[in-house]
Amino acid sequence: MKKYSVFAVAREAMRHHSGWTRAWRDAEPKKRYDVIIIGAGGHGLATAYYLGKNFGITNVAILEKGWLGGGNTGRNTTIIRSNYLQDPSAAIYEKSRSLYETMSQDLNYNVMFSPRGVIMLAQTEHEVRGYKRTAHANALQGVTTEFISPQRVKELVPIIDLDGPRYPVLGGLWQARGGTARHDAVAWGYARACSDMGMDVIQKCEVTGIRQTGGKVTGVSTTRGDIDCDKLGMVVAGHSGHLADMAGFRLPIESVALQALVSEPIKPCMDVVVMANTVHGYMSQSDKGEMVIGGGTDGYNNYTQRGSFHHIEETVRALIETFPMVSRLKMLRQWGGIVDVTGDRSPILSKTPVEGIFVNCGWGTGGFKAIPGSGWAMAELIAKGRSPLTDAFGLNRFTEGRFIDESVAAGVAH
Amino acid sequence: MLTIHCPNCGVTAEETEFHAHGEAHLKRFGPGSSEDEFEGYLFMRKNPKGVHFERWRHQYGCGKWFHVARCTMTLEVFGSYSAQTVEPPQEIIDAIQDRRPDFAAGPAR
Repeated sequence: MKKYSVFAVAREAMRHHSGWTRAWRDAEPKKRYDVIIIGAGGHGLATAYYLGKNFGITNVAILEKGWLGGGNTGRNTTIIRSNYLQDPSAAIYEKSRSLYETMSQDLNYNVMFSPRGVIMLAQTEHEVRGYKRTAHANALQGVTTEFISPQRVKELVPIIDLDGPRYPVLGGLWQARGGTARHDAVAWGYARACSDMGMDVIQKCEVTGIRQTGGKVTGVSTTRGDIDCDKLGMVVAGHSGHLADMAGFRLPIESVALQALVSEPIKPCMDVVVMANTVHGYMSQSDKGEMVIGGGTDGYNNYTQRGSFHHIEETVRALIETFPMVSRLKMLRQWGGIVDVTGDRSPILSKTPVEGIFVNCGWGTGGFKAIPGSGWAMAELIAKGRSPLTDAFGLNRFTEGRFIDESVAAGVAH
Repeated sequence: MLTIHCPNCGVTAEETEFHAHGEAHLKRFGPGSSEDEFEGYLFMRKNPKGVHFERWRHQYGCGKWFHVARCTMTLEVFGSYSAQTVEPPQEIIDAIQDRRPDFAAGPAR
């Protein structure tokens, strides 16, 4: 792998950029791997990367039925934050956020992490109390957040209308080191680093069956032939239930569509991320100038990667109340992704009833921010059989009633 | 946008008048059941790519519950039927098989 640097750019500038090579190999599947990861999205690639980097396991294949980062990794609104209420969530999301801080250097790939700050608006008395509680919890967890006044919100976001018609802004939960990153670059950077360690990133390779002997996984059947493995990691978000079916166990997961949209590009007008959970809308401005807008999920199971129009309308209506200027903007694009939602709205990182199969799913509507932390923890789980970061996120929590109840803490925009 | 028929009041309307409430035909496990059964009843849900039977409520209409057969891959609605059933009636199965010849009606869980 050629190292990217200012010298490389200068060198290539001298020779008409003829020396750039592919960032990762387009690999053919081998007969056998130590570990197979299903799903070359952010979480799958991060898992493979930390297996190699932290545990020296590099005989790894990452299988992807479509193309790299073509699922939810390329469909989210790229918000990164770690202001969660419950300790296990704060631990893994803060690990993740801190890994984002140095990711560009670690991967030698610019992921454009922009710690511009995230505000979650408090627009009811309940939210004010909830967010104050979260700020106190974060202080104990070592996550830097603070509850700020409406005046401070207005200073940070001049385009906001504090006295909206339905829900006035009563304050906000401010995480100054939250922000955004370039979502595709996260997948590409990990893929490049994995490929460099000798791992095979295999695209257009759909898993059609999971082979096991005596309750232990032995390999997978794919559209490109059978591949053997010792350990298997399923990291496929919305399609986890489908894969679990193949392996013969069930997951407490339902798949629903979550939508996002962007406006036409405009001049810089908002340099922080604003989330408004009461009215179901969140917004940030991309480097291209588009307002990136996300909303809530549809209420019913869906695999179509498109959502219903009335949800878009609901989201935009809410944002116009809070940011009157967006009423003049045209919508540029709108899309949907399939998110995997669990009963307590927290993820599952766990062993499964089949020996050697590990599952990482259930990130629901908030997976992007968790990519490096999730990969870090999942790699430890696969390599060592347990990880302090994943202990609380096991499948057994549903039998034992040990929920990580963030649906109250984070609302819809999780 | 889905168009849904309420078998209780006979109104056919678009989806904003209704609210989806998840998988239909759940068997309730209460006191005396095993941990696995109780977990299954509370959290495990069928999450098929394809035909799905689910509970809906006519939220902004008559307010009553009913069941809908719908495809999660195409969002096609095959029909609605009474909530007072333990499995989909034959005419719904027929309507599904008319559009999905390989659909096999499984036993209610």
